[in-house]
Amino acid sequence: MTSTMNTVGRPTAPAPSAPDHDYKHPTLTGGRGLLQDEPLIFEGDGWLKTGVDLAEPTSDGGDLGDLVRRDPIGLPGLSEPEAMRHYVRLSQKNHAIDLALYPLGSCTMKHNPRLNEKMARLPGFSDIHPLQPVSTVQGALELMDTLAHWLKTLTGMPAVAMSPKAGAHGELCGLMAIRAAHEASGEHEKRRKVLVPTSAHGTNPATAAFVGYTVVEVAQTDDGRVDVADLASKLGDDVAAIMVTNPNTCGLFERDIIEIARLTHEAGAYFYCDGANFNAIVGRVRPGDLGVDAMHINLHKTFSTPHGGGGPGAGPVVLSEALAPFAPAPWVVNDGDGFKLVERAEDEAVQAFGRMCAFNGQMGMFVRALSYMMSHGSDGLRQVAEDAVLNANYIKARLSDVMSAAFPDGPCMHEALFDDEWLKGTEITTLDFAKAMIDEGFHPMTMYFPLVVHGAMLIEPTETESKAELDRFINALRLLAGAAKAGEVERFKGAPFHAPLRRLDETRAARSPKLRWTAPEGHNMAAE
Amino acid sequence: MHFTKDHEWVRLDGDVATVGITKHAADQLGDVVFVETPEAGRAVSQKDGFAVVESVKAASDVYAPVSGEVIEGNAALASAPETVNADPEGEGWFARIKVSDASQLDGLMDRAAYDQFLTTL
Repeated sequence: MTSTMNTVGRPTAPAPSAPDHDYKHPTLTGGRGLLQDEPLIFEGDGWLKTGVDLAEPTSDGGDLGDLVRRDPIGLPGLSEPEAMRHYVRLSQKNHAIDLALYPLGSCTMKHNPRLNEKMARLPGFSDIHPLQPVSTVQGALELMDTLAHWLKTLTGMPAVAMSPKAGAHGELCGLMAIRAAHEASGEHEKRRKVLVPTSAHGTNPATAAFVGYTVVEVAQTDDGRVDVADLASKLGDDVAAIMVTNPNTCGLFERDIIEIARLTHEAGAYFYCDGANFNAIVGRVRPGDLGVDAMHINLHKTFSTPHGGGGPGAGPVVLSEALAPFAPAPWVVNDGDGFKLVERAEDEAVQAFGRMCAFNGQMGMFVRALSYMMSHGSDGLRQVAEDAVLNANYIKARLSDVMSAAFPDGPCMHEALFDDEWLKGTEITTLDFAKAMIDEGFHPMTMYFPLVVHGAMLIEPTETESKAELDRFINALRLLAGAAKAGEVERFKGAPFHAPLRRLDETRAARSPKLRWTAPEGHNMAAE
Repeated sequence: MHFTKDHEWVRLDGDVATVGITKHAADQLGDVVFVETPEAGRAVSQKDGFAVVESVKAASDVYAPVSGEVIEGNAALASAPETVNADPEGEGWFARIKVSDASQLDGLMDRAAYDQFLTTL
């Protein structure tokens, strides 16, 4: 038989005459390389279908009176494979930490260990309801209590409010505790200002304003830190609190932090620390030792767990001795007779300002964070901070000769910050450079933030990345920087060429956002 | 016309000051997508935030270059924020303020001084 077999078979190498694949020529269908162009779920042809077999109604709806539906419901109908494909195709057009390095500064996009997911899916954690009798959720309450213990130990703070749902919600909780403390001491009426450095996350002044305070900006020194002299001149008996991020959004440790705390307390104000960058110091520095009165901890950054894809967050707030009595309800106690949730204090010294949400916090995030902590151990968490800082400094050192570091003197913490000084005269902007990174397979870094640095590029590699992966990233940026300096303007101005969608019109999207889909004329919406 | 270090301009006509942000500020912000101007009757003090401007890159407070009472905010900017980019020192004005102390203008820069200030940034 072998004599009759076609031994040539199909060609396994491209024909020598085949042209290079040229993405500039659109395909005939809009699909690209086994990825089909995916319409919105409403734009499909599934209006007359349903994915499940429902029994014919036995009633004629007479009992419903005027409530009987007369018009089509207007929901698309999809079979299970159609629904699966729709969402998988959308996911393929997106980026994720499971695909590659995700260097978004201030976001701590670290790997989420699969062990966390396994733990979070244990039925004793995932299938419970907040209104269940506490005798049936002892394990979940013990987990919350253990996590609270870890958070207090890592921060050196005596109390923690577990319920805030994310970073900004934690800020709100912290400032409400501070306001409650000033109200209790009768100073609320005169303390109406909150001091915020110019490099702060935008949520800081927004939170202070939301709680009813007037925001006063504190200047920054040339080396990217809080200007202590300016801070001192603005502190007084009209100041309720300061809000400082440490390490700050320039990726730098506030080396005057002890003095900042001392001046703040001397003026009778409280020190709120934005803990978004806790990943750089976890296990190395206890914020309580620095004089912090309140700090939120983004469980979904420092202790892994999904972030950046719209997944849930959790922002517990640790509190100092002075603010602990004002912590919001509820909290977990173990009175020797099992774990209980305290909703209302019997002790009059406790003056909880209220509560942050209907129930007890983000249980799934609690499980993931504790799983992360216990699998790393305290020594492992310390190494997390050390490796995160080492990785950022490696990037800063390897790129500083081709890009301009915003603060070249001395090491950075967990983020390497560059400005656009090195792009001057090239016609290429930070935005163009970021879009060209997409073409090279890398998600851009955070751009144009912090605002105090011109054309900022803020790179946070986290401890997740190996040296080999960092080298790939650095190599890509060095090649791009070389192309920029060689005058290859087109490569940048037209980027991205290879993404599912080309450069989007962000300006038009912001000026006239389209927030809902409307059916085109003649669209059949008759699905039942 | 007078200018502040925060890149606002002010043009005085009688005791009414028209204020806005400079071309330099508009260029630095990039495409402006949203402007919040003050309502008539609001009292503003020099250096207080009295308006907000938001671009695809950043959101910023705009500080009052002079103290006084707002006569009108430029309502047209709500539906046409791009005017701030197109004509920052003309049609893209933010508000008209009845000035309470015209001598405050003496502390601001003239065009030449502002242009000189820009070269130091």
